[in-house]
Amino acid sequence: MFSYLLRRILYAIPILLGVILITFLLSFVVQSPATRAKVILGKRATPAAIADWMHHRGYDKPRFFNTKSGESLLDSQFFNHVKKLATFRLGVSDVTGRDLKEVFKEGAIPSLLITMPAFFVGIALAVSIALYQVFVRDTPLDTFGALAAVAMMSLPPMVWIIFGQAVVALSLNYFPAFGYDLHGLSTVKFLILPIALIAVMGLGADVRLYRAIFLEEIAQDYIRTAQAKGVSNSRLLFVHVLKNGMISLITLIVAHLPLLVMGSLLVENFFGIPGLGNTLFLAIQQGDFATVFASVYLGSILYLIGLILTDICYALVDPRIRLS
Amino acid sequence: MARFFDNIWVQDAIVVFGFALVAALIWRGSRNERWQRAWKRLRRDKVGMISGVVIALYLAVGALEAIQIPHREWYSVSILGWLTQSIPHETSYSAPFAKETLSVAKAEALNGTHILGTDALGKDTFVQTLRACRTALIIGGLTSAIYIPLGTLLGILAGYYRRWVDDLIQYIYSTLASIPEILLLISILMVLGKGLGTMSIALGVTSWVGLCRLIRGETMRQAERPYIAAARSLGQSQWKIVTSHLLPNVLHLVLINFVLGFSGLVLAEAILSYLGVGSPVGTASWGAMIDGARSELSREPLVWWNLTAATAALFGLVLSLNLFGDALRRAFDPKRG
Repeated sequence: MFSYLLRRILYAIPILLGVILITFLLSFVVQSPATRAKVILGKRATPAAIADWMHHRGYDKPRFFNTKSGESLLDSQFFNHVKKLATFRLGVSDVTGRDLKEVFKEGAIPSLLITMPAFFVGIALAVSIALYQVFVRDTPLDTFGALAAVAMMSLPPMVWIIFGQAVVALSLNYFPAFGYDLHGLSTVKFLILPIALIAVMGLGADVRLYRAIFLEEIAQDYIRTAQAKGVSNSRLLFVHVLKNGMISLITLIVAHLPLLVMGSLLVENFFGIPGLGNTLFLAIQQGDFATVFASVYLGSILYLIGLILTDICYALVDPRIRLS
Repeated sequence: MARFFDNIWVQDAIVVFGFALVAALIWRGSRNERWQRAWKRLRRDKVGMISGVVIALYLAVGALEAIQIPHREWYSVSILGWLTQSIPHETSYSAPFAKETLSVAKAEALNGTHILGTDALGKDTFVQTLRACRTALIIGGLTSAIYIPLGTLLGILAGYYRRWVDDLIQYIYSTLASIPEILLLISILMVLGKGLGTMSIALGVTSWVGLCRLIRGETMRQAERPYIAAARSLGQSQWKIVTSHLLPNVLHLVLINFVLGFSGLVLAEAILSYLGVGSPVGTASWGAMIDGARSELSREPLVWWNLTAATAALFGLVLSLNLFGDALRRAFDPKRG
């Protein structure tokens, strides 16, 4: 078990290096820091201001090897970039100059407050609907459910949000349409609508996927055996199918992890929730490259952590994996 | 280079070439027995056939807008623009079938009737909605032209040659897949700048991973089968085995992935345009139209027709693509459908 785990963790290291390389290519090679400085400081910035901005962030170093005498050979853009990210120093924002680690720390709580509940509500809803569809499979109800799921996943997220905000919040006035306030119970009324929207937005795709997994499971031989020895239909679904289907579900569920922390870009922006999604949205609007690249790195670390967690779950539920 | 692509005849040729390529692919596939059986099943699938017809309509409208013809006054005009040139422009918003513009202070009489009203610049909403088909078609077409050959080729290579080729390809796609898709798209587009071409490149970079995984798995399964061993023992070249045995037997997966992927691309274009890193300003795009709804919905009286038209058009295309893709999958693989 331990060697299996160690192997999985070691496997993540080259991937993380690859991600660092991609962020380096995007932030230094495809577009040079000098162009970036001009975008952010504006066309009328003096050359001195640009040079100062670049020097402050270490963007004026040579690209790969520092051949200047008296300086370290590795004091270059590339090696500094790798060193910084590998030691988890994310640098400062291109626009505000704030430390990005602080920015991300601040945004994580509001993001988690809306994505965590949405995540659990979404899974519970999707799994129950999918199981029910399998329960009534090959009836008009199942066909209708499958069609509804496809229809739900064919609507872009903005439309869900606009609908929720315009109809549920503004016209019916059930919830506040905008704002966030971290004061005990009064926070809840600001969170319900965003949580509901995130849960509903993903529902169509999830139901469809889970239904396919459960249908595949129910076609297996052991289900027929169980049926033959007289296991009741509900026990068959909730114990046999759900338990075995869960193994496939784990992978899909963990893939959500980066999005949990990153929050939902659109929902947070629409409702004015000061989470990571909103930070990212503003960074895009302002052309804050450093923030976007840092979140790329952060997102992939979270994904890899999720991947390792998946492997642990697999090993726990399926002894065959531990042994191979 | 940019000048070359600005030429309207070059652009027209690319559009025609794209359609010809898809037609050639389907014609090549139709010689395959599995494809013939699937076609027989698909013809009996009512939902599949209806959604197929709807997709064809969208494609036709998109093609009308994508193909440009020379024009005396404006240098060039799309066929759709030429056909709708009699619809007059107004000065501001107007409701569907309204007689005057939507203004509380000073309403102006309209020059004509607009069945879906007009937008902020006084352009006919129905025409704008139709014109946005081109954006969806170009994004879907260009991105597919990038990611499908890439994903198919790398998938077959990884699945057939295994060993270090497989390791390398797996490493590349695992690395790309570890970055949340939306973040990778945004950062590539921020660096390359907005535009239909750059958006296709960015979407191409993220889209091939799924296809490659799928093709790799299927190729591994096919390569175990006796007919490949037979071909190898008869002394056929590796190239021949890949192109005339493996490729035709995974091509149906490519087709299904193409259709389902197209719907994802149309949605992605709308989201990226909404975020402000997608279509350039002035392009008719459903995402940009939905973006405008943010300010329109807080107006008094409410401007709802732009949002509704764009959403309905987008929904119609994405839904049809999803349903058609599902129908294709059922037709090719009736046991699992």
